[in-house]
Amino acid sequence: MATVTFIEGNGTEHTVTVDNGLSLMEAAVNNMVPGIDADCGGACACATCHVYVEPAWETKAGDKSDMEETMLDFAEGTQGNSRLACQIKISDELDGLVVRLPEAQF
Amino acid sequence: MSFAEDHRETTKFPDPYSLPLEKLDVSDSGLFSAQEHWRYFERLRKEDPVHYCPDSEFGPYWSITKFKDIVAVDSNFKVFSSDKTIVIADPREGEDEFDTPMFIAMDPPRHDVQRKAVTPAVAPANLAKLEGLIRERVCKILDDLPVGEAFDWVDRVSIELTTQMLATLFDFPWEDRRKLTRWSDISTAGPDLVGTEYATMTEEDRRAELEECLAYFLMLWEERRGNGDGTDFISLLATNPDTKEMITNPYEILGNLILLIVGGNDTTRNSISGGLLALNQNPKEFEKLKANPALVPSMVSEIIRWVTPLAHMRRTALEDYEIGGKTIKKGDKVVMWYISGNRDDEEIDRPNEFIIDRDKARHHLSFGFGIHRCMGNRVGEMQLRILWEEILNRFDHVEVVGDAKRLDSNFVMGITEMPVVLHPKKA
Repeated sequence: MATVTFIEGNGTEHTVTVDNGLSLMEAAVNNMVPGIDADCGGACACATCHVYVEPAWETKAGDKSDMEETMLDFAEGTQGNSRLACQIKISDELDGLVVRLPEAQF
Repeated sequence: MSFAEDHRETTKFPDPYSLPLEKLDVSDSGLFSAQEHWRYFERLRKEDPVHYCPDSEFGPYWSITKFKDIVAVDSNFKVFSSDKTIVIADPREGEDEFDTPMFIAMDPPRHDVQRKAVTPAVAPANLAKLEGLIRERVCKILDDLPVGEAFDWVDRVSIELTTQMLATLFDFPWEDRRKLTRWSDISTAGPDLVGTEYATMTEEDRRAELEECLAYFLMLWEERRGNGDGTDFISLLATNPDTKEMITNPYEILGNLILLIVGGNDTTRNSISGGLLALNQNPKEFEKLKANPALVPSMVSEIIRWVTPLAHMRRTALEDYEIGGKTIKKGDKVVMWYISGNRDDEEIDRPNEFIIDRDKARHHLSFGFGIHRCMGNRVGEMQLRILWEEILNRFDHVEVVGDAKRLDSNFVMGITEMPVVLHPKKA
């Protein structure tokens, strides 16, 4: 179980509690957090669950796979801390995680 | 006996369940215009979801028909190549000398730099700037329509709106904008487009028109190559360090610009027409929409799923690959049938129903997935959203009053004509 916070582009914060083993994308979608489209449903195939992981959490969020890097490469406004939320698995270690959402998914 | 069964008996297509599996060939263009393809795909999904057709007009090919398998193939660009062609038909004879490379039919790394060069034109930041302009134009198109008499929705609305959008994205001379529509139709022309003037077009005539298209674009390229601020497709390609040398191979410019025209033309055009038809066939959904216009965005996604404007994309296997208990061999032609995956009940609840407020409406295959996913998806959605918002502001009903004429094609799910009558809202 972990508590994670999503901050929208306009500053609105959404803090939700989520079971271990789910993805960060599912944490958003299951709790109606706006701004995560997740068109492909978690297959790392569309980049519509793009988030910016706050620097303090980057290492704990884990490494990006080649496919995640590739999909992010075609997204808009990516930065070094860009991740696809469907590729981050929730665990106790991520309790307190904070991520920011882009202005729009593409 | 229901109308649907009645209809089936009078067509030339056999009941798919009466055929041996290996004889099922879903590539016949006539299946789609007759709307007989649904049960063919239904049987494949149930009984042989990764299906090999040993013999067809287009040679042997694999059909991928289930949602999850399509996502797996579409996102695996290392095994499933887009090089040279992305449709079931191989390049036509003689096309080698008239090679028009385009990034949709390329693999990384060449695909990547060309796609990235033009992406900013259709990214959300640029679209937000264009929204007001698009809305003005939508209003003008709707306000100029005749009231109380039948007219062709496809020509007056679907084609006109998408053509205006394209002209904007290309910053194309306004009065000449229908040239874009014509070049799009010509570039997808072929003998399977029965019932259109393009079916009988000779290869020579086709090339002559595409050469005219190239000459026009080269003129614009020349004007704009010094304009580093331009956000239209032509300026972006002509000024990006990774693509500006494309001028040394003008046919690559032609190929890529044709890709952008076709991508923004047939797809949104047929979603506009097909969505209106779906609402007429599902009057309860139309009522639901009128009662709650906030459903427009979700309905737009449902329309795009329902219509699946491009029925398939094709790949070529670069190595042997196991999927669904079958082995696809290196070199095999693999067709991902988006139109089938979008009706897969293991992934989509009640897939054969048009439901404008369905859960997870965005979860459909019509844009494809992976590195070739539709770059213009947000442009298409924006046009449909604005159009429907403005229709609801004006009309109580847009009534389809005759048959929708469908294109004979296994690729473009086109409606070529659809008569409608407008019923304005009561003041």
